[in-house]
Amino acid sequence: MNELRELYQQMIIDHGKNPRHFHVDENATHIKDGFNPLCGDKFRFYLQAKNDVVESACFKGEGCAISIASASMLSEAVKDMSKGEIEKLFNDFHDLVTKGELDDAEEKLGKLSILGGVAEFPSRVKCATLAWHTVIAALNGDEKSVSTE
Amino acid sequence: MIEQVINDFPILKQEIRGKRLAYLDSGATAQKPRQVIDAISNFYLADNSNVHRGVHALSERSTALYEGVRKKTADFINAKSSKEIVFVKSTTEAINLVAQSYLKPLLNKGDEILISEMAHHANIVPWQLIAKEKGAELKVIPVLDCGELDIDKAHALMTDRTKLLAITHVSNVLGTINPVKELVDMAHAKSIPVLIDGAQAVLHQKVDVQDLDCEFYAFSSHKMYGPTGVGVLFGKYEILDSMTPYQGGGDMIMQVSWDKTEFQAPPTRFEAGTPNIAGVIGLGAAIEYINDLGIDSIYQYEQELLTYATEKLKTIPGLRIIGEANHKAAVVSFVLDGIHPHDIATILDVEGIAVRAGHHCAMPLMERFKVPATVRASMACYNSKEDIDQLVAGIKKVIEIFS
Repeated sequence: MNELRELYQQMIIDHGKNPRHFHVDENATHIKDGFNPLCGDKFRFYLQAKNDVVESACFKGEGCAISIASASMLSEAVKDMSKGEIEKLFNDFHDLVTKGELDDAEEKLGKLSILGGVAEFPSRVKCATLAWHTVIAALNGDEKSVSTE
Repeated sequence: MIEQVINDFPILKQEIRGKRLAYLDSGATAQKPRQVIDAISNFYLADNSNVHRGVHALSERSTALYEGVRKKTADFINAKSSKEIVFVKSTTEAINLVAQSYLKPLLNKGDEILISEMAHHANIVPWQLIAKEKGAELKVIPVLDCGELDIDKAHALMTDRTKLLAITHVSNVLGTINPVKELVDMAHAKSIPVLIDGAQAVLHQKVDVQDLDCEFYAFSSHKMYGPTGVGVLFGKYEILDSMTPYQGGGDMIMQVSWDKTEFQAPPTRFEAGTPNIAGVIGLGAAIEYINDLGIDSIYQYEQELLTYATEKLKTIPGLRIIGEANHKAAVVSFVLDGIHPHDIATILDVEGIAVRAGHHCAMPLMERFKVPATVRASMACYNSKEDIDQLVAGIKKVIEIFS
């Protein structure tokens, strides 16, 4: 039960139920779809970026609480970040959700660190990282949709 | 029945994250009784050799065992002869074999292949592939809100362009047991041959291919308490005999020269290469296991469980069962208001309950019911009311966490 409380903390449930920046952006400079064919999580991310710096991020789609909460928190976290900074943040985030530990996690990741409970559930790591892969692919200008498989 | 049965499945007597394991994912794969595991290991310990090749004693023994299972399989589904039983690696491969070796050569531009909205991807994609190649079209029998096939539409969709009806016996998502005999009769009245995907049917109920009169019937060993890696294709002999193989290799030939190859008669013609011999031996033990319990007793027992599970689940506020056909196998799919199936399955896992969450390889069906995914609890002969009670308590915990 403890690992469950760790995974489904109130903040995750809250972001899962009431995601932030959950809308379409018709002025987006970058639009990218992300899809997890295994469980059906499906997002479309909309970014406004200038000179590789994200000015705003929002998304629409459907998915489990973990993937929606992760996307929602990401949309808050990446504002005003450069592509390089986002990639670095994702590296740290990825370490945390796969290994379950990261030095100075709260300092490096802030609010995102509460998703660390995912590490106990390897099958759910894809849920937590889908939004990240999608946003980075959008910034890289990749042609294809992002798929976790 | 249940006490004796549970003792046959050692894997079920374990704890998951400190909780009693409630295995409710037999629709994905059934657990294997000790009898099956022993048959496979005894084969390797005492009888292993390649089949149909050597003149030595071990080869004769393994060939006799392997062919013995073919006879047992024929009897299990009441095929006329064991020559009508082709061993493949899965239901999927059986369907692909029919698509490539039977239907593709007969298919012309403008022809139609009739499938159903509740089909597993294995009974959609092989047809899509050849339809695209030949300029033919897939037609789809719709599913009603209750989870039953729209039989009137099925009737209307059978035309003189229909070259095959490929129908699911039991839906892996909805549990619906389709009226396959009625559909076969309907198709035959219009001279349409029929393939039945029986992957989810054979472990729950008696199947009689002569009574059904279908041209093809496909199923998998691993969903009926046997090992993975073995599937069965039943085909009426005269049809199998008219087909050209789509895989070539050893064992399936009569004579090979640089100019041409003469093929063996069915079923050998379709079993190129060394087969999964130990797997087939395991399937034989699984069939014996089912026969010993009695498929009718299994059916009765599972129906009681299904009724119990359905009643209990319906008492949970916000829970909606997807698929409420009159005639169902022991499979219950459901969704909870506002909680994604993956979150439900993770929380249930922590409570020791193994269920499947996802689209169940039936994406068009998910779209039909306007859900991204469902949670599926699928039962087998080793499940008990205790498993259902554990599931219901687990779901209540899910709701509590998300409230």
